[in-house]
Amino acid sequence: MQSELMTLSDVSHSFYTVEGETSAIEHLNLTVHEGEFLAIVGPSGCGKTTVLSLIMGLIQPTAGSIRCSREGLRLGYMLQRDHLLDHRTVERNVLLGLEVQHRLDAESKARAMRLLDTYGLGEFKRYKPQQLSGGMRQKVALIRTLAIQPDLLLLDEPFSALDYQTRLNLSDEVYRIIRREHKSAILVTHDISEAVSMADRVAVFSARPATLKATVPIGFAPSLSPLERRRQADFHDYFDRIWEELQP
Amino acid sequence: MKYIPVSKAHAAYLKRLRRDARTVRLSQIGVLLGVLLLWEIGADLKWFDPFILSSPSRVLATVIRLYSDGSLWLHIGTTLFETVLGFVLGTLLGALFAVLLWWMPRLNRILDPYLVVLNALPKIALGPVLIVWIGAGMASIVVMGVLVSLIVTTVTVLNGFLATTDEKQLLMRTLGATKLQIFTKVVFPAGIPDLISALKISVGMSWVGVIVGEYLVSKAGLGYLIVYGGQVFKLDLVMASVAILCVLAALMYYAVAFLEKKVRR
Repeated sequence: MQSELMTLSDVSHSFYTVEGETSAIEHLNLTVHEGEFLAIVGPSGCGKTTVLSLIMGLIQPTAGSIRCSREGLRLGYMLQRDHLLDHRTVERNVLLGLEVQHRLDAESKARAMRLLDTYGLGEFKRYKPQQLSGGMRQKVALIRTLAIQPDLLLLDEPFSALDYQTRLNLSDEVYRIIRREHKSAILVTHDISEAVSMADRVAVFSARPATLKATVPIGFAPSLSPLERRRQADFHDYFDRIWEELQP
Repeated sequence: MKYIPVSKAHAAYLKRLRRDARTVRLSQIGVLLGVLLLWEIGADLKWFDPFILSSPSRVLATVIRLYSDGSLWLHIGTTLFETVLGFVLGTLLGALFAVLLWWMPRLNRILDPYLVVLNALPKIALGPVLIVWIGAGMASIVVMGVLVSLIVTTVTVLNGFLATTDEKQLLMRTLGATKLQIFTKVVFPAGIPDLISALKISVGMSWVGVIVGEYLVSKAGLGYLIVYGGQVFKLDLVMASVAILCVLAALMYYAVAFLEKKVRR
């Protein structure tokens, strides 16, 4: 097993509204390892996104602790929708993170442009987001996230707003990108097939308040793409196993 | 814009479009000429009293007389200066106020009912108060122009800023953006179209403020000419001033529309 990258120990989180208190997560223990692709599945509204917000540091846990393996671990967050800025070109959207973090220089810019070229968006540099298809937009959003060179990628249902075909193709492509750039990633999804086809390990959450019900290691070779994995005989065994775990 | 036809049918389609646009434009000019002609003939044939309703030729003669005695530019200049100053100040202050309210949501919540009331209040009702406070001079007129455009600019621009979704701001925060960066890189650029529509509204509003201001207190300007003309029953002068006002207001509106085109490009 590789070294730990991020550890959540006994984390709980509650939301407050005028009606009262909602416990979103209870006593969660979870570890992400270096170079690992972890998927989190669970019923909708179970607090999967809350886990990502906690890891990202956007909200603080009510109890428990979140530890990074090293200082200054860089995180990249990819949302369900691309949220590209309409008034910027594809190129300037991709550079947004570097710009905001005051890390935009000739070198980092060249690297970001190389990402665009490598993943087939080079010729759309000067386009506005409105001129791109949904799948391309989401790919631009991924490259925007990769441009800041994150150590850990947080993917919050990044394919759920796309049509089925685009979704399969893009998850294939995103998988290859993440593997080739040697990134660690946490994918939050409610789609079991998507989790099995991409992850090294699947964490199954219970309904709210979320607790960790089980973690299922996925034994496919990392060289198999999501589409190839879907054709493997044991794909459905993994699917069934997670399906069982998800039953209340 | 010139389009190149790709087929015979397409050429016919383009031709139809062009003819349609030409028909509209010719009709527009026709309406103007028709009204002027009817007005002139009516006055000539004494369908109505030209002393009361004036006529295009009398309006033209009045404008020429104003021009030759040198007062035309004085009146136009005075009103234009007041309006442009009121418009620019009102828009600038209104936009700044909108930025402040976006930046401080608590302040926005506190001031919200006051903004609603001020927005609904006909600002020209404050005219007499302004004259007492600021004095019977050009300053009062300019402040009137500012007041009339200020609140509506604030409300319009603030709504534009608030239209940026929380999710987009969340994205910026995940990239590590500060509040100032969120404002300059996302909220402000997204609010520019609303800023432009605020300009379009307040360009008309400033004219209202300034003309009413001139009605109340002035020694020169188009509003002054209109009030003076009305009092001494020189309806030619009133109509001439209104005609000049039409041209100026239209020019200023089109200047803003031109600016809009430049920005939207």
